[in-house]
Amino acid sequence: MLLVSNEDAPDAVALAGIGKRFPGVVANSDVNLRVRAGTVHAVVGENGAGKSTLMKILYGMQHPDEGTITVNGEAVSFNSPADAIAVGIGMVHQHFMLADNLTVLENVVLGNEPRSGGRLDFRSARRRITEISDNYGLGVDPEALVDELGVGERQRVEILKVLYRGARTLILDEPTAVLVPQEVDELFGNLRELKAEGLTILFISHKLDEVLSVADDITVMRRGTTVASVTPSEVTSRQLAELMVGRALPVPELRESTVTEEVVLDVAGLTVTSADGRTVLDDVTFTIHAGEVLGIAGVEGNGQAELVDALMGIRASTGSIRLGGADGQRDISRLSTRRRREGGIGLIPADRHRQGMLLEATLWENRILGHQTRPPNVRGLLLNRSGARRDTARIVEEYDVRTPGIEVIAASLSGGNQQKLIVGREMSSGPTLLIAAHPTRGVDVGAQAAIWEHIRKARAERLAVLLISADLDELIGMSDRLAVILRGRLVSTLDPKTVTPQDLGAAMTGAGDGTEEGR
Amino acid sequence: MKRFSSRAVILGVAAPVGALLFAGLVCALILLLTDHSPADVVDQMITSAQRPRTFVNSLNSATTYYLAAVAVAIGFRMNLFNIGVDGQYRLAAMLSAAFAGASFMESLPSFLRIALTMIAAMLVGAAWAGLAGLLKVTRGVSEVISTIMLNAVATALVSYLLNPNRLAVQTAGSNNIGTSPITEGGQVEGIAYAGSSSKLFGLVFLAVAVGLVYWFVLARTRFGFELKATGLSESAAVASGVAVKRMVLYSMLLSGAVAGLVGMPQLLGSSHSYALDFPAGVGFTGIAVALLGRNHPVGMALAAVLWGLLDNSSNSLDVAGVPKEIVAIMQGVIVLSVVVAYELVRRYKVRVEQREVGRALGRTESGKTEPATIGEVSA
Repeated sequence: MLLVSNEDAPDAVALAGIGKRFPGVVANSDVNLRVRAGTVHAVVGENGAGKSTLMKILYGMQHPDEGTITVNGEAVSFNSPADAIAVGIGMVHQHFMLADNLTVLENVVLGNEPRSGGRLDFRSARRRITEISDNYGLGVDPEALVDELGVGERQRVEILKVLYRGARTLILDEPTAVLVPQEVDELFGNLRELKAEGLTILFISHKLDEVLSVADDITVMRRGTTVASVTPSEVTSRQLAELMVGRALPVPELRESTVTEEVVLDVAGLTVTSADGRTVLDDVTFTIHAGEVLGIAGVEGNGQAELVDALMGIRASTGSIRLGGADGQRDISRLSTRRRREGGIGLIPADRHRQGMLLEATLWENRILGHQTRPPNVRGLLLNRSGARRDTARIVEEYDVRTPGIEVIAASLSGGNQQKLIVGREMSSGPTLLIAAHPTRGVDVGAQAAIWEHIRKARAERLAVLLISADLDELIGMSDRLAVILRGRLVSTLDPKTVTPQDLGAAMTGAGDGTEEGR
Repeated sequence: MKRFSSRAVILGVAAPVGALLFAGLVCALILLLTDHSPADVVDQMITSAQRPRTFVNSLNSATTYYLAAVAVAIGFRMNLFNIGVDGQYRLAAMLSAAFAGASFMESLPSFLRIALTMIAAMLVGAAWAGLAGLLKVTRGVSEVISTIMLNAVATALVSYLLNPNRLAVQTAGSNNIGTSPITEGGQVEGIAYAGSSSKLFGLVFLAVAVGLVYWFVLARTRFGFELKATGLSESAAVASGVAVKRMVLYSMLLSGAVAGLVGMPQLLGSSHSYALDFPAGVGFTGIAVALLGRNHPVGMALAAVLWGLLDNSSNSLDVAGVPKEIVAIMQGVIVLSVVVAYELVRRYKVRVEQREVGRALGRTESGKTEPATIGEVSA
């Protein structure tokens, strides 16, 4: 099942029979991977398929329990990332590790400072950086302050940093996760230049269209092992996806419109100011009707988190928030978070570990969380433990939470099952408005389909949904209406039936004229 | 799913028992190094602990320690470190002693006098702890710093008030000064124990009651749930509608109120006045007992009894020519090692449970999944 290399040159990297066990986590078993020198090799797989573990092994951050690593034909054993760098393997992390208040030059040399006679030799470092940047067409200015760089530029600085340390094989861990489509194209341009200069790229992703457009070879991982090696010409994106999940795929889509006339959420002039005086949410106005999903598109960090916090009353805001209910609309902007929840708002938070659950509490205790004033969890001021337990068992059953019982702690469930529990909990209190921030982030395809189905069902039952997501397909497929948020403002409204991911991406960065109608 | 709970008990016990064994080992080493026989010391302490008087005194100490531990544990439950239990109970004991000894109380029925004294103590304790709570909620002052400083302020305040010109009187026939003695109607009668000259504090039942209330509030009420949730994850608690600031204030007030009770068994059962020789430092012992008992109502009771036994049997060591400070060393090592042991057990528990769930599901999953359909595509 491995590709036969048609060159005599040894593989840049070859892994054979790699195994790594962690308690309770899908790690790696019998992983085989051959990366031809001077190619872009993509490793694809779902979240939790073992890609990250594999890369950590390759980068010296984890030591494999079994198997061999060969670099340029020679067997190696890594005890630390320094060992990996020494043989020319460098890692570009998904989350940038740059100091904002330093220049590009300073960031690149940080930890590897060039000295000449006890003094820092910035001049030769600057020369080398410019040289690398020109050679590979990275277009990085060594004197620029990192704070002022955009996401795409920061990523190029990260790549430069690794090249500066002499890497010939680059591992890029989900490099496109933080980029909008235009930036992705630029990155791929850079990758092709690197390849042309003879470098080898190992590219981790689960975005298949991207993989198919840039990779020479593709290795698919599932459940901790490599299950297939293919070339882009052999497969379609759908076949690749099915290899990844081992079965047919769910698609995010809404059936017929269920939008009604009744306004559930009416937000006007919502403004949030951060502690340092910046306006992070600026005069945001929108409505959501019963049976409608409003999708909020935007590059992360443009005010989505603040919008959710302001709606939930976690963060102080100005402006009006009116929530409709059985007894008509009322202004909830001065109410506490608890009152807002009791008033019918359900929340699937963006960071479930930080805001959605108590990891070291049992599942039934997590059922109470956020609903600690409502039946079936309480009787007056006392907890109704049996009621909460019974209802947790129901959620586990109805929402297909894979767990041996409800007495286990939440931390022992996989991310997807934790998320299903949260979705089940938030739907169980009969909300009129559901705020769903990245509801399917980090969950497997099966859970993703289930969560979409629950949202669709609730929408049909007149639930109003505010959907925030970084997954453009999810946004387009699951929304009745799309609003784009940019630097804290809602800048345009788009129709998901006609918009393409490219248009949406353009609107999200404020580039191009993706605006169909002004706000 | 119940099978997890029996292991939970074993793991819960493993940490303190391990810490005790380790502390015993360290002390044995120290004794050997200083040319004492560990066996003799153990023998001496066990003999001493069997004397009725030591036993009663130990239980009396444990009563006080337990109340202090509960006061500390209320804060611990939500990651609040009330280091000020010591100052709170001393100020509360002093002011309530002056109040209980005042002449107008004489006319009241005994039950009412005792109840009023205890309420006064709780109010003083709550107020003193509430200061720290208020500072934290309104100004963001760390309760660790403010309660430590309030301890010092309490010490100064007590010595200022404990002056013949103010709340104190000269004790007849001695140089000691204290609040005017509480007359019989305001005292709580002790329980006689055969073979012992000292009596068991009547308020040992107060400690039991406080323990029960503590357990009930934490495990069975909404308030207890919100307290636990805040302790486990403040961000999740906030997003779930828990008013965290209010919880901080409430738990500081409650912690202080229980701290106010700490001095009551001694005051109403034995001293009958707050004098210069009133026991100090119990608040810090409470921290140790809460740590060892892991904030658990029963665990803390066992820890308090152990502490009481160690303290009271240490007196007999001098007789054997062993410095009784060895007990303080032992207590110190116990606390240090138990903190480490609990953290290790906590991590181990999470890992074991993740593995168990992984295994339980791995089996069911592999049964369900169809064989992979790779071949067709790559071929």
